[in-house]
Amino acid sequence: MDMPTPNAAILARKSLIATRLRGVLPADAVITDPAETRAYECDALSAYACAPMVAVLPRTTEEVAAVLRICHEEGVPVVPRGSGTSLAGGALPTADCVILGVARMNAVLETDYDNRFIRVQSGRTNLSVTGAVEADGWFYAPDPSSQLACAIAGNVAMNSGGAHCLKYGVTTNNLLGVTLVQMDGTIVTVGGPWAETAGIDLLGVICGSEGQLGVVTEATLRILPKPEGARPVLVGFDSNEVAGTCVSDIIKAGLLPVAIEFMDRPCIRATEAFAKAGYPDCEALLIIEVEGSDSEIAEQLARIRDIANRHNPVEFREAADEDQAKRIWLGRKSAFGAMGQINDYMCLDGTIPVSSLPYVLRRIGEMSTQFGLDVGNVFHAGDGNMHPLILFNANKPGDLALCEAFGAEILKLCVEVGGCLTGEHGVGIEKRDLMKVQFSGVDLEAQLRVKDVFDPKWLLNPAKVFPLDVTESRRAG
Amino acid sequence: MQPATEVELAEYVRAATGPLAIVGGGTRAIGAVVGQPLHTAGLSGIELYEPGALTLVAKAGTPVAEITARLASERQRLGFEVPDLRAVLGRSGTSTIGGVVASNASGPRRVQVGGCRDALLGVRFVDGRGEVVKNGGRVMKNVTGYDLVKLMAGARGSLGVLTEVSFKVQAMPEAEATLACDCDAAAGLADLRKALASPFDVSGAAWINGRALLRIEGMAGSVAYRAERLRALLPGWQQATAEWRDVRDVLPFAGRAGSLWRLVVTPTAAAEIVTRLGGEAIYDWGGGLVWLLLPTGCDVRAVVGPRGHATLMRGKDAVAALPPELPAVAALTAGLRAKFDPRGIFNVEGAR
Repeated sequence: MDMPTPNAAILARKSLIATRLRGVLPADAVITDPAETRAYECDALSAYACAPMVAVLPRTTEEVAAVLRICHEEGVPVVPRGSGTSLAGGALPTADCVILGVARMNAVLETDYDNRFIRVQSGRTNLSVTGAVEADGWFYAPDPSSQLACAIAGNVAMNSGGAHCLKYGVTTNNLLGVTLVQMDGTIVTVGGPWAETAGIDLLGVICGSEGQLGVVTEATLRILPKPEGARPVLVGFDSNEVAGTCVSDIIKAGLLPVAIEFMDRPCIRATEAFAKAGYPDCEALLIIEVEGSDSEIAEQLARIRDIANRHNPVEFREAADEDQAKRIWLGRKSAFGAMGQINDYMCLDGTIPVSSLPYVLRRIGEMSTQFGLDVGNVFHAGDGNMHPLILFNANKPGDLALCEAFGAEILKLCVEVGGCLTGEHGVGIEKRDLMKVQFSGVDLEAQLRVKDVFDPKWLLNPAKVFPLDVTESRRAG
Repeated sequence: MQPATEVELAEYVRAATGPLAIVGGGTRAIGAVVGQPLHTAGLSGIELYEPGALTLVAKAGTPVAEITARLASERQRLGFEVPDLRAVLGRSGTSTIGGVVASNASGPRRVQVGGCRDALLGVRFVDGRGEVVKNGGRVMKNVTGYDLVKLMAGARGSLGVLTEVSFKVQAMPEAEATLACDCDAAAGLADLRKALASPFDVSGAAWINGRALLRIEGMAGSVAYRAERLRALLPGWQQATAEWRDVRDVLPFAGRAGSLWRLVVTPTAAAEIVTRLGGEAIYDWGGGLVWLLLPTGCDVRAVVGPRGHATLMRGKDAVAALPPELPAVAALTAGLRAKFDPRGIFNVEGAR
């Protein structure tokens, strides 16, 4: 993975830049000691690491603006960072950059149940947003699996999803407004505690822009009343194709489960060996969760059972109580850990039309043989968001490169069947060089023009999302 | 001009020497736009429909009615409930799906499932240089690159001419029920807020013609259960029949003289804003959307203030139809227009 050569002229001015930053931030908010900046050298894509020149930890929107103004004047690239849980390298620094961490900005600013929103500083973690309202019976819907640690800032930057977004949508569908600081220090308020923005939907393009358009310091989020209850069922099938058809039939019948998760045999076996959740040894397994009162849950599950039975499941297991519900989820929730127990793994995130599921899984199996690397599939089946986990050995020379080549082929396949490179993790550096597979030059140029407007000097997270050759002239300018 | 293909449309835009007024069916445009009419009706047809994946792709000039009928044949629909504004805006013509997207038009169910922009999965459009751009796609989850799909929804043609749109669609529910209560707006809105704060998954929350209305949809048993629980929560509410179309299409204000304003506001501010301005109001989205019929010349935006925004849908007021933007937002919006339409030819606002 190439990153631009650090700018020697910037590195030479490190102490001057740090001094200027100390002029606008408290002393403990500017970190320059290499022993400490190392803490920011990578995110959850830990195969790539590079300590930043300086790390800053502002506490307010005004401090963020002051930092960005200085970096803008000095021509220093800035990499915004939430909690550093990106799986795509979204917060990977360059050696000549200032890392701007929002972790200290974690306050709840306003909670309004009458108008169904909460306004928070963007460093607040996803789960603690729900934590702030759940005692009163509310929750914040997007639930990425890193929700204990990940920050709203990162959720907005990556337009994060989660297992339950089949019903509730992803971040962009639950985001009402932001305070954004542009690279030149301009503070912009977009949207607010009302249903939709007026005019051109800037909020819509800010969400998912991977920290390249500005630093989001505050977010107004839609909150929802908690459902009365939820219950999962587990359904096993002896073929991926049949499981895929069952998913399609459930959706077509108008049932709206909050989640439909899919695991294939390699993943089931790995998970069983690791977590012993008692899953059946079958080709494909669905975990379907429905919500509502007891009677509503029963009504939905009866319908799901009818549909599943038409496809001769090898197992249909309803959770009779909370404990059984936890056991049904146990394997799914341990899937990543289970695969990690076997070997290092790379987690992909392509999305495909649900109808292509059997074909894509078959092709992945063939490629697995061809590359000589094992792969297990976990899948948000309801919306076609795949998470193939490719196993490799990081200590074996060449294995990472082989794994990346295999991953690239899977993502190309996703695009080929009408899907996309990334459904919820973001492009970052990981999928950056594959963007030309999905987009023409004109398509990419249209996106670059958006950045030209928000950040004309291309200083914010500049080496991400787009292939370096495509952005070279802009980054140099 | 009515191009028959995307290629023809792109060529026409490239060759254009003056402003172009983009027209779908001409049923939703607001404000006054100058220029040579550019009709999209020639780009028509459903290109892909997968009921089992809940996705539909159509050319921008496809009549909404054609899409609705096709979806209905599989017991599906556009979840965001497309308003038909012809009567209230005094238009005739055939509403196109491109016009729906360009104006981000969403009906009562927005309160439950989100708006047009939330259901929109992908777009193709011709920018001001005459280049064909695609963004998004036809899958439900997609964070690949910047979300220009959202930018195009509601941009009213100012960034490009839509040529193709793709949607996430919704299955029609097995059952539907409406609850109603005769009451004044303030009391009705307070009840709507209570309902929306409950777990009973309301799909419509409006006040119209002296009645507050709630809608619930879903499986038969669930609808019966939630209707009962909501009635227990809200004394004085009864099962009723109601035409949600009246709310969606703002029909009580059709043919009425005066200025029609569309306010998107913080719900708790709605009643107070209306009390100060006077006029007649229809409230949707639990108070988050207010349709307000007023005499010409009321300073609506001064009263709304920082609590939302107001669009003049029809009327002779000497103000811009679209709400003014804060300076920093206006700078970004103008920047985007300059990038996507460098010659400034799309939907240029003219003298009113």
